[in-house]
Amino acid sequence: MSGFGNAFSSSIGKKFIMGITGLFLILFLIVHCGINALIFISDGGLTFNIGAHFMATNWIIRAGEIVLFIGLLAHIFQALRLTLQNQKARPVKYAVNDGKANSKWYSRSMGLLGTLLLIFLVVHLKDFWVVSRFTGIPTVDANGHEDLYAVMKEKFQDPVRVAVYILAMFSLCYHLLHGFASAFQTMGWNHSKYNGMIKRAGVWYSIIISILFAAMPIAVYFGLIQ
Amino acid sequence: MSTGNMNLTLKVWRQKNNKTKGALVDYKLADISPDMSFLEMFDVLNEQLINKGEEPVVFDHDCREGICGMCSMFINGRPHGPKDLVTTCQLHMRSFKDGDTIVVEPWRAAAFPVVKDLTVDRSAFDRVIAAGGFISVNTGNAQDANNLPIPKMQADAAFEAAACIGCGACVATCKNASAMLFVSAKISQLALLPQGQPERYRRVQSMVAQMDAEGFGNCTNTGACEAECPKGISLENIARMNRDFASAKFISEETV
Repeated sequence: MSGFGNAFSSSIGKKFIMGITGLFLILFLIVHCGINALIFISDGGLTFNIGAHFMATNWIIRAGEIVLFIGLLAHIFQALRLTLQNQKARPVKYAVNDGKANSKWYSRSMGLLGTLLLIFLVVHLKDFWVVSRFTGIPTVDANGHEDLYAVMKEKFQDPVRVAVYILAMFSLCYHLLHGFASAFQTMGWNHSKYNGMIKRAGVWYSIIISILFAAMPIAVYFGLIQ
Repeated sequence: MSTGNMNLTLKVWRQKNNKTKGALVDYKLADISPDMSFLEMFDVLNEQLINKGEEPVVFDHDCREGICGMCSMFINGRPHGPKDLVTTCQLHMRSFKDGDTIVVEPWRAAAFPVVKDLTVDRSAFDRVIAAGGFISVNTGNAQDANNLPIPKMQADAAFEAAACIGCGACVATCKNASAMLFVSAKISQLALLPQGQPERYRRVQSMVAQMDAEGFGNCTNTGACEAECPKGISLENIARMNRDFASAKFISEETV
């Protein structure tokens, strides 16, 4: 990348990587949430399993999964690098620092929220991804598709797991509340005609995505869907 | 807001030099007028310290009119104290109450080493400016004022960016000690005007490189800098700087 010089090693270049991977993960969540929301059709998971089967077998999606992991890892490692660098930028801390006077707590806690999400992600991948890709889904549904829906129903009988998933969605919501608009600002996409729209879209996106995701374990646990 | 004179407890950061460790030291101050500026209150404290044969508190100040950018105190956890859009010198004691405890610390950033007490060395900012915060013009007769038409909105935006006094409050308040608000204002004030165009993409690369070399942190868009800036410099400038940086690195063929 000789032509780009030190573009990605500079402070702004590192932010670009955070912003672009962040927006990519935001797009991924829409797909993830959309497919999962098929459980709300309440047809014993038949439609959901069609979606899950497509996601598991289509080669474009399989290739996309690799890109997704690369994007996710880049987001995590870049965040780690930036955080360490930022801590070095202020070796002596303030005795009194009134952060709430000038910024939102979640904008100052992206590292903490992100770490919580990472821990959740390990649990979540173990719950579903490892099962569907490696250890295998035990049963098939009426259409002959792997019954991922049955796996989900079984997993969400555990109230502790349901609680962990709901708490994780609070982390996700606050992480996105800052992250969505912040990514646009980092990429330089700041324009007086669009700023309000971006901010509002970010708030709605964060809330809707988190509520939809949280509704899934809740609905399964309380038997609201069949 | 107080009307009568006040008794205050100050906790002031005292540090001999950059080599030694500092600590907060308590001072009791009696009979402080609410009409005094914050720096005048410090003048009273220093008079008392001198009379007692103690070392006065060293702090930066110059114009005391809120335009030079020298004063730099982190007061009760906020740069330039509790009021919006004012510098420490324009902060008045009527913003505090009788019996208050006020904690005063220097700007804290690796790039702003403490010189003594509340004074920090902000020459990192000077070096960022020297790296590209200028335009190269030939001397000679001044051009006709209307030779270079500039849209009013553009001129206003440049002027607003140019209002930055380089005090460093943005760095001081940023959780990452990032200097991006300052650097972006200094880039924008030129990038918005025709005179700044020839060096526009060289400038953004050089100044960002110097900013990084000085050891400032990275922006995480908390917006604290904009909220605390005594001149109300907008985050829009940071977005513009990022845009220009992207153009410079990914589109412009000129490398620095």
